[in-house]
Amino acid sequence: MIELFGISVSTQPIWLTFKVAVTTTVILLLVGTPLAWWLAHMRSSFKIVLEALVALPLVLPPTVLGFYLLIAMNPNGALTQFLRLFGFEGQLTFSFTGLVIGSVFYSLPFAVQPLMHAFEALPMRLLDAAATLRAGVLDRFFTVVVPLARRGILVAMTLTFAHTVGEFGVVLMVGGNVPEVTRMVSIAIFDHVESLEYAEAHLLSGMMLLFSVAVLMLVYGINRRFAVKVG
Amino acid sequence: MKKLLAPVLAAVVALASPAIVLADTLNAAVAANFTKTIEEIGAAFKEKTGHEVKFSFGPTGKLYAQIKNGAPFDLFFAADTDKPEMLVKEGLVKEGSYFVYAQGVLALYSPSLPVKEGYKDVLGKAEFAHLSIANPKTAPYGAAAEEVLKKLGVYDTVKPKIVNGESIAHAFQYVQTGNAPLGFVALSQIVDPQSPAYGKGEYWLPGQDMYAPINQGAVILKRAENNPVAQQFIDYLRSDEGRKVIERYGYSIP
Repeated sequence: MIELFGISVSTQPIWLTFKVAVTTTVILLLVGTPLAWWLAHMRSSFKIVLEALVALPLVLPPTVLGFYLLIAMNPNGALTQFLRLFGFEGQLTFSFTGLVIGSVFYSLPFAVQPLMHAFEALPMRLLDAAATLRAGVLDRFFTVVVPLARRGILVAMTLTFAHTVGEFGVVLMVGGNVPEVTRMVSIAIFDHVESLEYAEAHLLSGMMLLFSVAVLMLVYGINRRFAVKVG
Repeated sequence: MKKLLAPVLAAVVALASPAIVLADTLNAAVAANFTKTIEEIGAAFKEKTGHEVKFSFGPTGKLYAQIKNGAPFDLFFAADTDKPEMLVKEGLVKEGSYFVYAQGVLALYSPSLPVKEGYKDVLGKAEFAHLSIANPKTAPYGAAAEEVLKKLGVYDTVKPKIVNGESIAHAFQYVQTGNAPLGFVALSQIVDPQSPAYGKGEYWLPGQDMYAPINQGAVILKRAENNPVAQQFIDYLRSDEGRKVIERYGYSIP
């Protein structure tokens, strides 16, 4: 519990939200980078299909995504069965794992799109030059790609983190609002509003608002400061 | 200038009497659990009188907040009694219009477990992965479920298995999609022939003495104070015809 302005709210949802957001950001950076690279250099017309699929969470209402995930993640659902192949036991819904899986889908475009645009803008001849100097694949990635695409990478990370923090519909559907396990900040706010605890709702909402403004300022700051000019 | 004043005044007067223009269309805010019931009553009312009632469904707390902030509703059907009573205190309703329109009936429902006869055993052993209930903090059905679990003396055993749906519809969804093998739902959700749970699995009805009545209160809001159609709809809902529909959907009437 913390007390601010004489209003006390539980810090549990704040920590949980932070943990889910960090985990989702790390996973999406690992999964999103190769995906974005692949998409950025794809020549086939199949590319538009994949791009549309990646962008889907932007247009689908989160409750739709949440409802599909609820079905896919039930104990007999497709996603659960798939993970069983790798020795997964237990249940996806109502768990931290479930929240992270939901968030990964929900925030996918926020990671992939900035990365893809950054990779598309890379001058390939620099990579070719590095290759002729016998730089290996990983070497080329970390010494050429990362520094040149740093703006896209930073934007992808910030947006993914922020978007996950603000998610509501998906975590509401698959989380089950279990205290200390799946009750994230947005759900805690919803609960406070529903119980007419407007002071607590105001406090958490105010924190959310300040956080969001700060993150967006950070994104615009990154866009300005790290603008890379390559001719 | 004087020439202009008369038509302007006339227009202002015309605009200021919306009751005359809108008399035959009402807007009602309705708790989500009552959706199908009131849609059926609304359709019958329209057929009978020609007046249309438009329904907005949502969680009671949210509807209350909207009404307090000036949402243009004529009628409010809540899922509890607190919110309409608060509106009465705040002077936002037509005087004397508050009444309890339905009483929710709680059911322990499971598609797979023998809850009808064996509810004590099933709950006492708590060998299931999850028990779905509506959030006791925000939903009356959830509070009632918690009360029943405590009366049965199994609350502490099942507590770690409880998952909270944000509403009774959500709690039902967890059971229906197989994410929780059983849950406390509203009887209205399983006796409706259109429900995916209709005729499937088993349910147990805890005695009405095991939980405080889930009274659902309704009010006519201030803006419809002088609208006869609002009163007419309420009268229809309370008539034998209306009551029959309410009871058919698994509610009782006090």
